[in-house]
Amino acid sequence: MNEVIGLVIIGIGVAFNLLGCIGLVRLPDVYNRLQASTKCVTLGTWSILLGTFLICGFTAIGMKAILCGVLIAFASPTAAHALARGAHKAGIKLWERSVCDKYEEDGK
Amino acid sequence: MNKLSLFVIALLTWLSLTWTLNYQDVLAGIAISLSITFLLGDIYVINPRKIFSPKRMFWFLYSLLVFSVYCIKANFIIAYRVLHPGLLISPGIVKVKTEMMSPLGRAFLANYITLTPGTLTVDIEGEYLYIHWIYVMTEDVERATGIIAGRFESILKRVFE
Repeated sequence: MNEVIGLVIIGIGVAFNLLGCIGLVRLPDVYNRLQASTKCVTLGTWSILLGTFLICGFTAIGMKAILCGVLIAFASPTAAHALARGAHKAGIKLWERSVCDKYEEDGK
Repeated sequence: MNKLSLFVIALLTWLSLTWTLNYQDVLAGIAISLSITFLLGDIYVINPRKIFSPKRMFWFLYSLLVFSVYCIKANFIIAYRVLHPGLLISPGIVKVKTEMMSPLGRAFLANYITLTPGTLTVDIEGEYLYIHWIYVMTEDVERATGIIAGRFESILKRVFE
């Protein structure tokens, strides 16, 4: 039973990772694309890891999946934040149809 | 006390990573945890009493629950916006004010905001967070704070302050 649930959750994760990749191609500028890549992680990769944990249970593999999830939870937003800040500091403009840029207005 | 808690956390992480109680693995784990404790103990500044307090643990787990609900909801909304032929986005960077004082609490708030689909923390300046928002509903600081940070801030305050 656990295996079936695990496989369904892994399927959901793969589907959301696919959606994230479509977003990566379709969205216009670097900031929106970073949004798509962090979106992949939350429901996509965590679902795959959770499915792995459900299938393997409390074994070496399942515990590694959980630890990977914790590690990703710290690493992914930090990397996205660093890339976005770096891109803004390097002078990359927002998409021309963007609504506002308070960061630019405050002269940072 | 501070270093002891770091040692315990490092050893627990090691044990769950190897997932055996074979004495060789445990001895290697103790050696590695000790070296981590003495190399990095000085930059580990969290008050250990805060980590092991059950009340804070409970609120932290509750914040994870609230976060997953918002996260799943927002995932579907963003997926719809991205798949829509007209690409229903109006991105922009808005300013959000936080009342959180502790640096770790601010870091957690920023990470929660980044992991929620649709919002991405670009920078923290003092008590202001600059958030890239894929669908800007309001440019006003107060209202943006209510929509983006308000849902996590009240819970995270109980965890970190």
